[in-house]
Amino acid sequence: MSFTIAGRNALRTGTILFVFALVGTALLAFTHDRTEPTILRGQQAEKLALLSQVLPAALYDNDLLASQQAVPPDDLLGTRQASSLWVAQRGGAFSGVVLEAVASDGYSGDIALLIGIDANGTVTGVRVTAHRETPGLGDYIERAKSPWIDQFVGKSLQNPEPKRWKVTKDGGAFDARAGATITPRAVVKAVKSALDYFAQHRATFKVSPAQETPP
Amino acid sequence: MITLTEFRSLFHNGLIKQNTGLIQLLGLCPLLAISNNVINALSLGIATMLVMAASSGAVSSVRHFVPNEIRIPVFVLIIAVLVTVIDLAMNAFVHPLYLVLGIFIPLITTNCIVLARADAFAAKNHPLHSVIDAMAMGLGLTLVLVVLGAIREIAGKGTLFSGIDLVFGEASKSLVLHVLPNYQGFLLAVLPPGAFIALGLLIAANNWQKTRVEQRTRAAALVHA
Repeated sequence: MSFTIAGRNALRTGTILFVFALVGTALLAFTHDRTEPTILRGQQAEKLALLSQVLPAALYDNDLLASQQAVPPDDLLGTRQASSLWVAQRGGAFSGVVLEAVASDGYSGDIALLIGIDANGTVTGVRVTAHRETPGLGDYIERAKSPWIDQFVGKSLQNPEPKRWKVTKDGGAFDARAGATITPRAVVKAVKSALDYFAQHRATFKVSPAQETPP
Repeated sequence: MITLTEFRSLFHNGLIKQNTGLIQLLGLCPLLAISNNVINALSLGIATMLVMAASSGAVSSVRHFVPNEIRIPVFVLIIAVLVTVIDLAMNAFVHPLYLVLGIFIPLITTNCIVLARADAFAAKNHPLHSVIDAMAMGLGLTLVLVVLGAIREIAGKGTLFSGIDLVFGEASKSLVLHVLPNYQGFLLAVLPPGAFIALGLLIAANNWQKTRVEQRTRAAALVHA
């Protein structure tokens, strides 16, 4: 076989590019391989830390992360895609649940929430996990920015009564800052309907049998 | 080896003459996105500087093996690999810092200044010079970022160094300065348009300063003549 000079040149550059790609890929594969377990552990710990912000650790003794279950899209949760829930258990009895919910009527896009509810239907904590509300205005729903979100702790469908599950401006029981009521209104509504979801599905929250006896 | 004059001229180039933020106007995407407070700006600036130094060093070391026609794909490959390796390593080994800088690291890849320096300087120069050039360029960018971040943070929130605890731990929280107490906040400065306005003002100030210096030297030259 014979190549023209141009062909030989192209072959040479191609080979060089190939070698660089090969070395690059090898380097990436090696780093990925080395860091993957540590990164996974970090993610798990982070998730557990987030869950324990909405559900006090004293409420459960099971492996909360392992209790993760898929939930089909649900209007009460505001989810358009499958979400997750985590079932808490203490001494073998159901003690609470962490739900993922979405408030879609915020000022700008979806507000993703993580809501902890104990066995009596009382909110144990709410956290905003993702949102695009206006920085400096609607972002006080983030726990890092203000303790606003803590006022849900201890609330249930009876306390306050359902028609007072609104921001104060609408005659409800929940504070909201002047000038930024759309965001908290959406969050209050989403927490309320997550409680409705809980009330309807109360009986179905179970730790799957495989996990009932920890190894 | 590098001489002191070369060293000085590289830094003069990076910080003033060809400052990426004020003169070359390269890599504005992360610059505008992240400069809403000093800590974010500083973090991104330092991360960019390190990536630039590493990629310039790497590009410069292999420059004799890379044919001219395929230099851009090879440089892009090197930068992408380096950024990903740094991203993975930071995620695994300095996780708290990664949580703060995590979103910025992929942004660094989109910063064309990294590739620009690799192609314009590192591909033609000795590795040592290239690393120093990249550091100088990165430092110039960091300075502009920090000034921009300070302007936007003071105008927007009336504070300085808010979020410092995310980088240096809870203990440093007391370092947050409330420059303007009881400040109501100025939303425009925090939002993207504020970044453009503040950067425009910075460029204008820089150009004004440059013209003044030029006029003065011209006037001095006339007197001597």
